[in-house]
Amino acid sequence: MNREYEAAGQAAAAVEALVEPEPCLEVRNLSLHYAKIRQALNKIRLTIPRQRVTALIGPSGCGKTSLLRCFNRLNDLVDDCVVTGRIRLEGKNIYSSKIDVTELRRRVGMVFQKPNPFPKSIYENVAFGLRIRGINSRRRLDEIVQESLEAAALWDEVKDRLHRSALELSGGQQQRLVIARTLAVEPEVLLLDESASALDPISTLKIEELITELKKNYTIVIVTHNLQQAARVSDYTAFMYMGNMVEFDTTARIFTNPVKRQTEDYITGRYG
Amino acid sequence: MNGGISGWYRSGAPWIWLNAAAVAACLAMVFGLLLLLGARGLGHFWPKPVLQANYLAMDPPVTVIGEIADSETVDAGQLQFSVAGAPLSGDRIERQLLKLGNRDITGNDFAWILPSLLDEVEYPERLVTLERREWGNFYGFLSGILQNGEPVAAPPEDAGALWSELQQRLDRARQLRDEIEQIERSIIADINFGMEGLRLQEMRLLELNRQIQRDSAIFRVAGGAEVELPVADIVRAYRPNAMSRFEAMETYLARLFEFLTDDPRESNTEGGLLPAIYGTAMMVLLMSVLVTPLGVVAAVYLSEYAPKGWLTHVIRISVNNLAGVPSIVYGMFGLGFFIYLAGGEIDRLFYSESLPAPTFGTPGLLWASLTLALLTLPVVIVATEEGLANIPASLREGSLALGATKFETLWRVILPLARPSMLTGLILAVARAAGEVAPLMLVGVVKLAPALPLDTEFPYLHLEQQFMHLGYYVYDLATQSPNVEAAMPQAFAAAFLLVAVVAALNLSAVIMRGRLRERYKALDTGSWS
Repeated sequence: MNREYEAAGQAAAAVEALVEPEPCLEVRNLSLHYAKIRQALNKIRLTIPRQRVTALIGPSGCGKTSLLRCFNRLNDLVDDCVVTGRIRLEGKNIYSSKIDVTELRRRVGMVFQKPNPFPKSIYENVAFGLRIRGINSRRRLDEIVQESLEAAALWDEVKDRLHRSALELSGGQQQRLVIARTLAVEPEVLLLDESASALDPISTLKIEELITELKKNYTIVIVTHNLQQAARVSDYTAFMYMGNMVEFDTTARIFTNPVKRQTEDYITGRYG
Repeated sequence: MNGGISGWYRSGAPWIWLNAAAVAACLAMVFGLLLLLGARGLGHFWPKPVLQANYLAMDPPVTVIGEIADSETVDAGQLQFSVAGAPLSGDRIERQLLKLGNRDITGNDFAWILPSLLDEVEYPERLVTLERREWGNFYGFLSGILQNGEPVAAPPEDAGALWSELQQRLDRARQLRDEIEQIERSIIADINFGMEGLRLQEMRLLELNRQIQRDSAIFRVAGGAEVELPVADIVRAYRPNAMSRFEAMETYLARLFEFLTDDPRESNTEGGLLPAIYGTAMMVLLMSVLVTPLGVVAAVYLSEYAPKGWLTHVIRISVNNLAGVPSIVYGMFGLGFFIYLAGGEIDRLFYSESLPAPTFGTPGLLWASLTLALLTLPVVIVATEEGLANIPASLREGSLALGATKFETLWRVILPLARPSMLTGLILAVARAAGEVAPLMLVGVVKLAPALPLDTEFPYLHLEQQFMHLGYYVYDLATQSPNVEAAMPQAFAAAFLLVAVVAALNLSAVIMRGRLRERYKALDTGSWS
């Protein structure tokens, strides 16, 4: 195995040894069909630990993003998308009819592959989620906007131009702005869908540092095609293939000593 | 988490209902249009039964023959003067318009009657309706046929034989008539017209040739020789060195200013066209106010909320087809639906003291604006839908992922972005409305209305008033003017103004669309694996 993976694995193992993680998201028997024909997910079982970074890896079309979009029920928007099974967030089934979907989406924030800031000012982008929740006090908004931008490591770069258009920012800055926008509504879980894949290496590095920083307070799930990235930032890794959950374990074990042959082949780059 | 009213509001349900209601309103108007045109337009050709009855209102009762053309329910008091035998009391009664025909014999071919006073109503099979070349319809019983003043052999008591005899003779007359018309119209008319023209032209030519030779002018050329030139050969004479640029400009501007700010004189052929500019602007403005909310809201419903099924598809196709309906059809609809139906109702409810003189039940600014709003509705709907469809999905998802409802996403993210395309639609609508004439002739535009529809007298905006319009002004000058030669330059100037306004509006729509595209270039479209 690669030396870098081993180092990462040892570091992760050290963290894991300190605290036994509690479950945050529990996926049980989850299947997803598009238009009744194409099965995207097949009886997934997965437990995502709280305040850890979990990486979903696998070849394109394996269902990583579909699974991620189940966590905040964004798949509801797709016509003919049928989900069966359960996902429990802090013990409560999010597919229950009693769940308020907008509240769920506030608790489970999501950052997309490409930065998608609203064509508004930087300030208004961060304040968006607060305004729709009815927070309009200027003082309170100022406070949260600053906190969120600081948490997303963007404050120093934009503090002098908060009221300029968000579209003037670079791609990496835009992506951190989107993270700040998501943090502003105080989520519990952060979903990152290949959020660093469209960025240059330096911006990618900044996002990765940010992820490591944020996991102190948030449960983070990332989807990535970049195995080094998964090894660098995640504590746990799930390998998926053709809609099935092949293997889930600590990142250290997945990258150094996978149980399944498929996982090993993918890690070592034999297919995917 | 939100209960009750605020939760209901936050979910956007009222918005969805509003949207659906707008679509329903559009559809209702479209079907109303088709129904009205169908019933009135096609029903006209259907042969109506003719009744024969005794009308008891007269003393002694008279026999009437005719067809029922219309019926309505009115206040009894109003009838005292218009219908014979109307009761003095009682509130609302039905009256019928009886088409009596035989205008050449009785003098008038329509009469209002009270159906309750008709006695022994019957529909005899032998009753004949004649459509005539002159004097309108004729009703009566066939009792004989003459040929060269002599009675024809067929026995008058045998109605069937007499009737078929008449049919034969009608056919004969029809054929002869065709031949006569053929000759009159195409051959003799042409030659007569040509000969008359030729005679006049020859006389005129002689006269002109004589007159034009009268004057001549003497000029001294370089070198001192004097030359005599006939004035007839000179096209234009001017002294460019003596006329200052300022003088030329002054004359020009003074005439232009008068044109834009003065009232028309000499039955529109001279003076200015301020009332026409003002009327056009007011109508377009009012139309914008009416069409924008309805069109935008209907477009939002169609593209965001309506389930994607065949019904939505059909509605969308219908909306697009509406854009192709000839505008005069909208004029007919406006006249039938807005003016007679809606305006009549308003008069009955709010202005009953001034009846039978109509207040709103007559062509006016409001109805013209409404008719044009309906006419331009498809433009606004199509442009807005296009704008909504162009907004990247990633922005929608970004907003929803933050816990916004669909309505909040629409309201705070999508609609602000779609604003330029709505504006584009509105400008195209305005451009179309400003240039429209045909429907306006039916619903409120007049040749001369110096009173402006918006002035300083209460209630300031006179919705019921008739107004002038640039397009109609041009039409009127070009075709209806008593002095066409004098009117022509004025007509061209007005037409130019109209074209300039429409072109400017269209150009701004094009520029705005260009800006809109640039704006979207900065935003990436969303993608998901």
